[in-house]
Formats: sequence, C-alpha cells, structure tokens
Amino acid sequence: MRRLFLFVPLVLFSSLAWFLFRGLSLDPKELPSALIGKAMPTFTATTLSGKAMVDESLFEGEPRLLNVWGTWCPTCVAEHPYLMRLAEQGVKIVGLNYKDDDSKALAWLARLGDPYELVIKDPEGMIGLDLGVYGAPETYVIDAKGIVRYRHVGEVNERTWNGPLGEAYRALVP
Amino acid sequence: MIAEYGLLALIMGLVSAVALTFIPLWGAWRGNIAAMHSARPLALSLFVFCALSFALLCVSFLNDDFSLVVVASNSNSMLPSFYKFSAVWGNHEGSMLLWILVLAGWTLAVAVFSADLPVKLMARVLAVMGLVGIGFISFSIFTSNPFARHLPNAPLDGQDLNPLLQDPGLIIHPPLLYMGYVGFSVAFAFAIAALMGGRLDAAWARWSRPWTNVAWGFLTLGIMLGSWWAYYELGWGGWWFWDPVENASFMPWLAGTALVHSLAVTEKRGVFKSWTVLLAIATFSLSLLGTFLVRSGVLTSVHAFASDPDRGMFILAFLLVVVGGSLVLFALRAPAVDSDIRYGWLSRETLLLFNNVVFLVATVTVLFGTLFPLLMDALGQGKYSVGPPYFNAVFVPLMAVLVPVMGIGPFTRWKSDDPKRWHKILIQGVIVCALAAGILPWLGGEFNIWVALSLLLAFWIVAGLVADLRLKAEGRSTIWHVVKRQTPSYWGMVVAHLGFAMCVISVVVVTQWNVERDLRMAPGDTAELAGYRFEFHGSSGVQGPNYLADEGVVTVYRRDTRVAELRPQKRQYKASGQVMTEAAIDAGLWRDLYVAMGESIGTDGAWAIRLHYKPMVRWMWIGATLIGFGAFVTVFDRRYRKVKVSAPQGVLARA
Repeated sequence: MRRLFLFVPLVLFSSLAWFLFRGLSLDPKELPSALIGKAMPTFTATTLSGKAMVDESLFEGEPRLLNVWGTWCPTCVAEHPYLMRLAEQGVKIVGLNYKDDDSKALAWLARLGDPYELVIKDPEGMIGLDLGVYGAPETYVIDAKGIVRYRHVGEVNERTWNGPLGEAYRALVP
Repeated sequence: MIAEYGLLALIMGLVSAVALTFIPLWGAWRGNIAAMHSARPLALSLFVFCALSFALLCVSFLNDDFSLVVVASNSNSMLPSFYKFSAVWGNHEGSMLLWILVLAGWTLAVAVFSADLPVKLMARVLAVMGLVGIGFISFSIFTSNPFARHLPNAPLDGQDLNPLLQDPGLIIHPPLLYMGYVGFSVAFAFAIAALMGGRLDAAWARWSRPWTNVAWGFLTLGIMLGSWWAYYELGWGGWWFWDPVENASFMPWLAGTALVHSLAVTEKRGVFKSWTVLLAIATFSLSLLGTFLVRSGVLTSVHAFASDPDRGMFILAFLLVVVGGSLVLFALRAPAVDSDIRYGWLSRETLLLFNNVVFLVATVTVLFGTLFPLLMDALGQGKYSVGPPYFNAVFVPLMAVLVPVMGIGPFTRWKSDDPKRWHKILIQGVIVCALAAGILPWLGGEFNIWVALSLLLAFWIVAGLVADLRLKAEGRSTIWHVVKRQTPSYWGMVVAHLGFAMCVISVVVVTQWNVERDLRMAPGDTAELAGYRFEFHGSSGVQGPNYLADEGVVTVYRRDTRVAELRPQKRQYKASGQVMTEAAIDAGLWRDLYVAMGESIGTDGAWAIRLHYKPMVRWMWIGATLIGFGAFVTVFDRRYRKVKVSAPQGVLARA
C-alpha cells in the first residue's frame, strides 16, 4: 500500500506537464482588451497644445488610431518614424500622451515631428486606466462610430502594420 | 567549411551519446564486462566531439563568418574580440552548444574520477549522462542548429551582440550557471543508476555528494554573478527581480540546497533514502524545467531567448521522457519501507529535515509564482502577473524560521541530543546576539527594527558555529587542538553558513537603508545624498570601440574630502543603434555610490541623473561567493578520495 505514495510525484509531474503543454499554444504577449467591440470610455481632457477640451466624441466620423506614448518610453522613439510615415499616407492618429510632462512632450514633437491629428493629455494616467493600458506604446484601432476594434501592445512598424494591426485598420477604410 | 565540420562533429557527438547510452546499459543488464567498460572511452569520445564542435563555432565567431545565421545576428566586425568570443553563448543556439559541452565535460569528469566505483554502477551512471546528452544534442541539431547558413546572400556585416551582453560579467555568468544546472545531472544519474541497481545506501550518498556539492557551488556563483551583472548593467541599481528567468535558476538552487543537506543525512545515518533520491531527481528536473521556461516562450521575461513553440515541444517531450521515466522508476523501485534506524525529536536528523521542508516550501512557492500566469491562462482565467510582493511575502518569513534552526544545527548530535549539554554556552550566544542587534544598527545612524532583526539572525548563525567549536573543545587543552582536527567538509559548512549570514544582513540593510534620488542636474549643480555631496561637471562625447557615448563627470565629496570621481555613460551602439545606460559605481565594503545618467534635458547641458546610496550591498555577493567556495572546499574531504570500500552494509532497496 505504501508504494502507492511513491506515485504521488509522478501524478504531480503529469499535471504540471499538461499545463506546460497547454502553455505552448498560448501567447503570453497577447493581451486582449476588454474593450474590443465596445465604445471608447468616456473622458474629458485638454489637448497637449492646451487649446481645446476634447471628449470621446472626437473619435466619431472616421476610423482612427489611438497611440499611447510618452517621452520616457524608449520604444516610442523607435516607432515614431513609422507613425510619421503612416500620417503621411493619410492615416489619422490621435496621440495619448501618457504619464508625461507637457514641456518634454512638446519638445519631443518639435524635434522628431508630429504625426498626430491632436494629442490628448493624460498626465495622471486616468484615461490610460480606463483603457486598460498595460504600458507604452500601445495602439488602438477605433472605428468611425467610436468603437474599439483592435488593441496592439508594443511597437508599430512595417511588420506589425502588415499584420493584424494594419488589417484591423484597413478593414475599416473603404 | 569550418561550420560544416562543426556540424559533423556535433553529429559524431550524438552518435557517441547514443553508443554511451545503450552499450553500457546492455552490458550492465547482461553482465557483459567489456560492454560496461566501453563507457569510459565513449564518454571521452563524446567530450572530444562536443569540444571540437564548440571550438569550431568559436572560430567562426572570431573570423566574422557572417554567412552563419548566429554570427550574423549576434556579432559584428567592430565588436572587440573577447565579446566575439562571449557572443558564442550570447544567443540561443550557441548557448545550447555550451550546455552540451558542459554536459560532456561533466560526463568525462565522472568517467575519469570513477575508478573506485563498482563497474556496473559506473556503466549505468555514464549511460544516464549519455541519455541526457542524446536529448540535448538532438535538440540542438534538429531545432536550433548553430551552424545554419545564410545562403546564398550572406550579409556583409553582423547585427551586433545585444549591448546588455557586452560585459565581462556576461562572459563568465552563463558558463558558471550551466556548470551548476548541468552538474546536477551527475546527482541525477547516480540516483537513477542506484534505482536501477536496487541499491540505495550510504555508499551511494557518499559517491554522489561531492558531485552535488560542486554543482551547487557553481550554481551559487552563477546566480551571484547574474545578480551582480543586473545591478551594474541594467542601470537602476536592483539586484534581484523575481523574473521568470531568474526563478528558473533559483528553483534548482533551492531544491539543490535541500539535496545537499539531505545527502548528508543519508550518508551519515542511512535514513531519508527515498526522499534524497526524489530530491536528486527533482533538482535536475527543475534545471530542465528552467530550460523549457526560458527557451519555449511560454512566459514573458526581460531576458528570455527568442522563443519558438517547436523548441518548446521538443523540450517538453524530452522532459516527459526523462522526468516522467525517472519518476516511474522511482515509484516502482524506491524503498517504501521505513528503515529501522531511529532518531529523537531533537537530533541533527530532525533539524536537517526541517531545513528540507523549508527549502521545499520555498521551491514550490517560486515554482507556483512563476507558473501562476501560465496556469491561469491555460485554465482560461485570463492574464495575470505575479510580482515581487508575493515572493517577498513568502520568503521573508521562511528565512526567519530557517535561521534559528540553522544556528543550532551544526552542534546538535545525530540520533538524539539533550539541550542540557549546551544550554549554558547557548545563553552566552544569545546575549552576544542581543547586544549586537541592540547596538550595531546605531552605526547606520538610526535604529531600525528590521536591521536589528537581521543582525540578530545573522549573529545567531555565527554564535552557533562558535558554540560548536567550544563544545568540541570541552575537556581539551586548547581550541587550536580542535580546530586542526576538523575536516574540509566541516570547514566548507562553516564558510557557507557564514556566507549565508552575510547575505541575510546585506539584503535587509540594503533594502532598509538604500537611498535614491532622481534629479535634474545642470553643469555645476550639486546634490546631497546620505551625507555625500555629488557635483556634476557636465558631459562630453567619448568614442568607444563600437559605440559613441556621452560621458558625465560627477565628483563626490564627504564633508570636504573628495571621495571619488564617477563617469557614468549613456552609450549608443553603432551597429544596432541601441542606447545603453552605463552606471558608474564607487564600490566599497560598507557602501556603494551609484550614478546613472537618464536623458539629456534642455539646452544648457543638463541631464536627468539618478543617484543611489547602497549600504553593504557588496556583502550579498561576498556572502554568495563564500557559499559557493564553501561547497567546493567540502570536496577535499579525505573520505571522498578513499572510496575503495564498496560498503557491503548497504540496505537493499527491496528490503
């Protein structure tokens, strides 16, 4: 009878192996957003240039990208030139300047160029909290009715734009 | 052609491993002496081919052969040659080859130092090592061939080694770590061979003990170097992150710590046999699991290798064969009956059992914390991450209950002991500890209860070691008489326990009294931190072999004496364009001063500067080095060199 106890490690290991097997088919970097298919959360904020107050209605009318960035984020520097290219191609991008300092953000746009239609200020990260931002950079695809269609975590570049991120956007543009 | 010879050598290595596994096993089964004796030459052949293959990969890196995929992705013609050399294992494929080389090295070492082993046992041990070799060499050849070529269009130059890895610490960190990881395969092979032969006895424990201690010592040093590297290279002064990859190396270390202690009980007293065998299997399995976690991409980590599900599937299948197979063998063959050796409630056996329970709980805690995100995801419960608060909440109390027992362990007798024997000496120890805990924290400027507690625990360990020597000296003329009589394995234990005491103090002091400030500093600005005055003199451009850097100059004064001039750098590597923070550190036994440059701000030459004051942080690495060193010292014990007696008093597994 006592020999049965010696099988305990084997049983434990088998269940562990099953989880590891399941784990292989999952992508830990894939972070689904609870907002997919739902409207942008409501917010009221000033723009970075300080000229206007905006709210969620700003996303109505045309499909847009919402790009979460900050001057403190190294990957944001890396993706910036590609955002500039997208803007030149006519993609409308709204920036969300996340947990950042106004003067630094303005200096950055003056130095590297400004791909954004406008930039929403979120110094306390409150809008980011409602969106469920995991870290910068993140890019959301939002349709003409203000519904969130896709969320991309990480850098926007040629490869990701040719992948699901770009496809989600292109599906919205006639 | 060099790379093709390298692959050919690796294939020959695989052939040797297959032969090493099956011929001696068959020999041990059929009692064929010649087949059993083939194990040693086959182990040599395995090592020679693996070493040749590794050497040829090194040559390809040093010759800038960018037609090789690994060289093109991980090296660059501007890279200094010692980094070209370390770039060999700064990537998945090359580090697998290093892993294989280390495994072949351990196999050869067992073959060389096994002259005193019974031939059957020697054949089985080497065959199990060969089996592990088959798994890793075929993994390398079939899923991560380091000799794959970019043909026909070879790039003209390489993409450069990740700048984080361009560091002397990283030249030796992976080899040491692998020496530890893979070294546990020897303890594993001994355990499996003992289960196969049905002879699980004190002799078995004595044979596997030195191998286990050495592997554990290497792993300790490897983890220590990793922590030290993270501290000075990642630019924000942390030394442990509870990252999945760190945990992957920490789990075998925790299980290995339990194994090292449990082997002592099995060797001296012949008890805990099944338990020790299980620990030997578990320790090596955790090494394999670590490999799976790091290289399969099931977990996110800052320093996981490029991941690939095919590789994950291969390692998982290998895990199933090796771990599943050995656990089946364990379930069928391990002794299920209690041995008739008895011990009292207060005895060294009980205390070491307590040690094992603590380290097992610690291992399971880390395993659970590391796999929790994966478990929840697999169960469809969403994405989670487990952070340092969880690990700290479990680890701090665990260590706090471990240390009191660790203090009395060394002088408690086997079988049973009576506190009356040592309570007087111990009371003196308690008084010294209490005084130290009450007085020493004031040296840091203020009384801190956590620092006081850590000193109490650390001094308790020291007091226990001193009490042991005093008890041994009772009735003898001088304490020197006793000191001279102690064995290397005793001194190894003393050194390792002292190292642990240093780590306890260091971790608590640096956590409690660390001071850091982030501030904007223009040339000429000064800042005060923990009694030191930092003066920033501005920055200038510097050219390195493969990078451009802004180098800041910071002079540090204490009152009016100049303490140090620190030159932190912000580097941009030419080939990859990656930006790296190179912190400048004024190191000392009692405190480190640490300066790192953030971003350049504005036009007046100002920078965001991070200043750290880290008291006694070095003690952690010195302590860990002592632990590793202690483990090596134990091997010089004479009883490991005179193992000619084949211990017929051993108890049969099926008793």
